[in-house]
Amino acid sequence: MNIIVLLKQVPDTETQIKIAPDGKSIVTDDIKWIMNPYDEFGVEEALRIKEKFGGEVTVVGLGPKRVTESIRTALAMGADKGILITDDALEGSDSLAVAKAITAAVKDLDYDLIFTGQRGIDDDMGVVGASVAELLGIPNISLGIKVEISEDQKTVTVNRPVEGQTLVIESSLPALITAQKGLNEPRYASLPGIMKAKRKPLEEKSLADLGLDASEFGTEARKVKILELTPPPERAAGKIIEGETPQEKAAELARLLHEEAKVL
Amino acid sequence: MAEGVWVIAEERDGEFRKITYEVVSEGRRLADALGQSVTAVVLGNGMKDKAADLAQYGADKVLVADDARLSPYTTDAYVAVISQLVKNGDPAVLLIGGSVQGKDLAARLSANLGVGMAQDCTGFAAEDGNLVIIRPIYAGKAYAKVTFENSWPQMATSRPNVLSINEPDASRSAEVVDAEFSLDDAALKTKVVDVAKDESGKIDLTEADKIVSGGRGMKGPENYEILEKLADLIGGTVGASRSAVDAGWRPHSDQVGQTGKVVSPNLYIACGISGAIQHLAGMSTSKVIVAINKDPDAPIFQKADYGVVADLFDVVPALTEEIKKYL
Repeated sequence: MNIIVLLKQVPDTETQIKIAPDGKSIVTDDIKWIMNPYDEFGVEEALRIKEKFGGEVTVVGLGPKRVTESIRTALAMGADKGILITDDALEGSDSLAVAKAITAAVKDLDYDLIFTGQRGIDDDMGVVGASVAELLGIPNISLGIKVEISEDQKTVTVNRPVEGQTLVIESSLPALITAQKGLNEPRYASLPGIMKAKRKPLEEKSLADLGLDASEFGTEARKVKILELTPPPERAAGKIIEGETPQEKAAELARLLHEEAKVL
Repeated sequence: MAEGVWVIAEERDGEFRKITYEVVSEGRRLADALGQSVTAVVLGNGMKDKAADLAQYGADKVLVADDARLSPYTTDAYVAVISQLVKNGDPAVLLIGGSVQGKDLAARLSANLGVGMAQDCTGFAAEDGNLVIIRPIYAGKAYAKVTFENSWPQMATSRPNVLSINEPDASRSAEVVDAEFSLDDAALKTKVVDVAKDESGKIDLTEADKIVSGGRGMKGPENYEILEKLADLIGGTVGASRSAVDAGWRPHSDQVGQTGKVVSPNLYIACGISGAIQHLAGMSTSKVIVAINKDPDAPIFQKADYGVVADLFDVVPALTEEIKKYL
C-alpha cells in the first residue's frame, strides 16, 4: 500500500498574528513554523497503514525552503521519502493553484491512498485536499476520525463526524482522506529516526520541473483576491459583576443576561 | 454573462437544515443589492413538496434535483449534479452554507468548476457587481476582506449561525422547477454505509445558540455535570477547551478553538477557561461572552462582556438556580 501525505507548514498556534504594512499579508519575522497539526494526523495514519500492509510513504510539501524542516520531521517519524515543491513564483498562490501544483507532482506516482489535514490552521480553507482529489479524478472523504482498509486492500471505510452524527463512508481506492483530530495520536520522532531522516531522499521540484507555467501561480494569478487584512474587531470592554458572595454575583449575572443582554 | 444568485439548500432526513434558511436569506439580500434573482437549488430524495417553502425566505425560483442517490449526501454525487446545473444555468454567485457538508461540497466543486472560492465567511456585500467577503483567518486572529477576479460564479460558504434569517413572508411564492441532470453510477465511488446518530441529541457546537464551556478549572471529567445542568436548562451545548480535551475529560468533538471548532453562539459561558489565544480565536465571534474564573488576571476577561471573578463551583450551580427565575 503506497501512501502519499500532503503537508503544509503553518505558524505555531501560539503565534500572535500581526498584519504587514502592505495590509495584505502577515508579518512573518518572528514566527515559529510547525507542521500543520491536522497534517500530522495524516502522517501518523499513513505510517500505521504502512506498518500493517507494507509499502512506502511519500511526503509532499509545498512552499519556501523552510518547509524542508517539516518534511524532515515526517521522515523522522517514519515516512520514506519527501518531495518539496518550491518556486518563488508560488508565493501568494490561492488554494486552486496550490492544488494544481501538487497534482502535477503526484499524478505519476504510484499510490493507493493520499492523506492530508482537514484544513490548514492558517488560511482555514480546507480546500486543497478535495481539489487535488478532483484534479486527480479520485474520490475524497473529509474529516476522517477512523480509517479502515479492507483485507483485499481495494476499499477504505472512513468514519466522518458531521453535526450530530457520524457517517461511515465506504470508498474505492485510490482515495484521498483528510484527517481530523481524534484520528490518532501522532508519534514523536525518535532520535534514531531523526538520524535516519537525514539520509532519506528529499527531492525538490520547481514549477518548470513539473511542466507548469509560472504565470498561472502566485498573487497575480489569484482568483480570490485579498483586498485587505485587518485585526479582529475589538470587543468593547466588559463588565465585572459586583457582589459580596458568589450567590449575589450569580443573581446579578442572571439578571443582566435576561434584562440587558436579552439572551435568556 | 453570468447572472443570478444561487444558493444550495441542505437537507437531512427530508427536512431543510437551519443553514438553508441562512443562505436563502443572505442570497435575497445580495440579489437585491445586485439587482438579480435568487435561485435555491435543492438536492435530495422527495424534497419537491418542501421546496416551495424557500420562497418565504427570499427564493424566486427553486431548482429541484430529485434522485434516490442524492440522499444522504455524498461528495461525488452532489458535485456531479451541481456542476451540471451551474454550467447550464451560469449563475453569478454561488452561495453554500458552511456546515460540514457545505464546506466539503464547496471544496471539491470549486476545483471542478475551476473557480475561486472563499470558505467559512462571516460577512457579504456586493460592490460594483462583485461579491466582497469578510472571512476570519488564523481561526479569527485576523480577518481577510476578499473579492474575486475573472472567476464565475463567485463562490463562497457562510459560517453557520452568523447570517440572519429573514422573517418568513407567506405571501411570497417561487417557481419550482425540476432540474435536468444525469448521474452515472460508475462515477459514484463513495457511499454512506452507516449513520450513527449522536443519541444525546445535543446540538453541534457550530450550530448551538448557547454554549457552556469548561476548561482546566473544571478539575476533572466528573465535574462537567454542573455545566450539563446549566446547558440543559438554557437549551445549550457543552464545549471544552483544548486542555480539557487533551486531558481526556471531554471528546474531541467538544473542543472549541484553533484546532477544534470555531463557534458563533448567541451566548458563550466560559467556565474555568483561562483564555489561551487558541481558545479565544475559536469563540470570539460569539455575540455575548461570559467568563467565570477565580483568577482576575485570566485573559478570558479581556474578551468577556460579563466577567465573574469567583470559584465556578460556587457560581455555576447558583447561576443555574437564578436563571430558572427568568425562564
